[in-house]
Amino acid sequence: MAEIRVENLRKEFGSFVAVQNSTFTVEDGEFFVMLGPSGCGKTTTLRMIAGLELPTSGQILLDGEDVSMRRARERDIAFVFQLFALYPHMNVRKNIGFPLLAQGMPRAEIKERVEETAKLLRIDHLLDKPVSGLAGGDRQRVALGRAIVRRPKCFLMDEPLGTLDTEFRDLMVHELRELHNRIHATTVYVTHDQMEAMSMADKIAVMSNGLIEQFGTPQEIYDRPASMFVADFIGSPPMNFLSFKSGLARGAREVTVQGAGVEVPEIREDMAPAEMALGIRPEHIRFDENSKLRGSVYGTEYLGTTQIVAVETADGMIKARVPADMRLAMGEPVGLALNGARLSIFDKASGRVVRSSIHDGGQQHG
Amino acid sequence: MSATAHSVVEPSKVSRRIAGSVVVVYALVSMIPLFWILATSFKTPPDSISYPPKVIFTPSIEGYCNLFTTRTRQTAEYIASLPPAETFCDETTRKRNMVIAGQSNFLPRFVNSLIIAFGSTFCAVFLGTLAAYGFSRFKVPLADDLLFFILSTRMMPPIAVAIPIYLMYRELGLSDTALGMILLYTAVNVSLAVWLLKGFIDEIPREYEEAAMIDGYTRMQSFFKVVLPQATTGIAATAIFCLIFAWNEYAFASLLTSGTAQTAPPFIPTIIGEGGQDWPAVAAGTTVFLVPILVFTILLRKQLLRGITFGAVRK
Repeated sequence: MAEIRVENLRKEFGSFVAVQNSTFTVEDGEFFVMLGPSGCGKTTTLRMIAGLELPTSGQILLDGEDVSMRRARERDIAFVFQLFALYPHMNVRKNIGFPLLAQGMPRAEIKERVEETAKLLRIDHLLDKPVSGLAGGDRQRVALGRAIVRRPKCFLMDEPLGTLDTEFRDLMVHELRELHNRIHATTVYVTHDQMEAMSMADKIAVMSNGLIEQFGTPQEIYDRPASMFVADFIGSPPMNFLSFKSGLARGAREVTVQGAGVEVPEIREDMAPAEMALGIRPEHIRFDENSKLRGSVYGTEYLGTTQIVAVETADGMIKARVPADMRLAMGEPVGLALNGARLSIFDKASGRVVRSSIHDGGQQHG
Repeated sequence: MSATAHSVVEPSKVSRRIAGSVVVVYALVSMIPLFWILATSFKTPPDSISYPPKVIFTPSIEGYCNLFTTRTRQTAEYIASLPPAETFCDETTRKRNMVIAGQSNFLPRFVNSLIIAFGSTFCAVFLGTLAAYGFSRFKVPLADDLLFFILSTRMMPPIAVAIPIYLMYRELGLSDTALGMILLYTAVNVSLAVWLLKGFIDEIPREYEEAAMIDGYTRMQSFFKVVLPQATTGIAATAIFCLIFAWNEYAFASLLTSGTAQTAPPFIPTIIGEGGQDWPAVAAGTTVFLVPILVFTILLRKQLLRGITFGAVRK
């Protein structure tokens, strides 16, 4: 198993910059997820780690060893493709054993290893079936089997659950995480699905336009987004933004939004007057008749235990997550109370978060 | 059927029957020459030139005897003095006051055809597969121009370059050699092979090779172990197109081969001149000549069909 360090990695395709100077470290045994919308450079980064693309500049270190320009087969990594890439002319057993054959392993040992791997993935009954007739989940397991049979330094997975239907996906998310807990292999997993990322990852890197917007644990990314992009991309529904224009002083504990004073975590930096945004998760909004922040109910979305209420305010739509049993009529005027301890403040021009007491003790993000 | 997004109008029974009978009639009309060749090959020479033509006749293999042998005319006394005939061919030949003098050139010419057609097909498909893989997977500078250039070699009738090639071959000592013919047919076929195979290889996802390369194989190994097995349909279709061309080619063969490397197509018409108009022997030669291509086509008919409809039907 291995630690993967990526330093100032950059990839250009002609004039298009796919990945801009990424730097991050995946620690030994960690389940690392690269999350972002399509075209953000996450797959390109993964392919560079695999050796399927060569970086324009920067370095990739596997266990401290520079492998940036090495061929894929010399890196001792395994890759699970989105479409699995199971060889159609081979049966399950041959597919799983194929990487071992390349190493010139004796047949008896290959057979043993393949069967051991198949048992681990509960596909031992399928070993002699052709891959073409397999169901999506089983194909996925065979692809995983082909990856783990070699016991490589690390696993790279490119949206491996993207083609499965929702029901199966949840099951595979579980299985993947369980498998990781058992074999503790360093894993880099690429997805655009935040639910997959949140439920599996030890660490997440959120990418956009070739840049890593934030690197951290799922909790850090959800609770303390480093930028408006992350705040908007993560969470369903995403974080609400309330615009205001003001300067900020170190130590301030209140800002004025739409004429209402809102308590905020203690500000840790000085900001010149500018367009700002107050970010708050739907679950940190309460209805309070005494609040000066007012709006009217626009619609509700029933989710069983909770409901999402869309409230039309002077600054656009705000979504609040409230208990499902609360009765609300359309157009009903409501006051909104924000949980001051859980707010984030963003500089609208750069999208960057303003440092405040919620960042105390946490990791520094940029 | 009715549930598909774009509904397809089901053809009615009547229109189906009409279409079916048109196909049957067309097939019969195109089969008549083939049938006539086959029938003629089993006629005796007098039957073959009788007027009105005989449709019902007593079959004879005299045509095949004459195809594979050379014969000399002898006096009746000499023939009577010979020991009894051993084979059917001996017997029929003697009835026409002739004896078998030896083997004809048909068999060596036929073998030439086999060597040249299969040799050039192998070369064209081998080169074509590698070139198509290269064009499909790598950034080749000026790839589009190169591909067009390759295609453009097929835009003129090959016979337009017959004279330069004739002179060139004479200088290089390639005239009337199997190697020369293999090179020539390979050159003509390789453009078709590149284009056909590029289409097939484009359809094979890159991930297969990438997976193999990550799993410890070199690009060459992944090509042979993963790409080639996926491309067999395309390779078979391409091979049969190349083979049909090389097997049937007449113009260059009659221009560039005359002796040792002569192929069957220019040889068969020469049978006619030996001892009167021996139509059954010509027909027998044609029939034997048809067999390999027929067998090959029947064996690979599925791939051939896929090759013809390629591009029209997407998976």
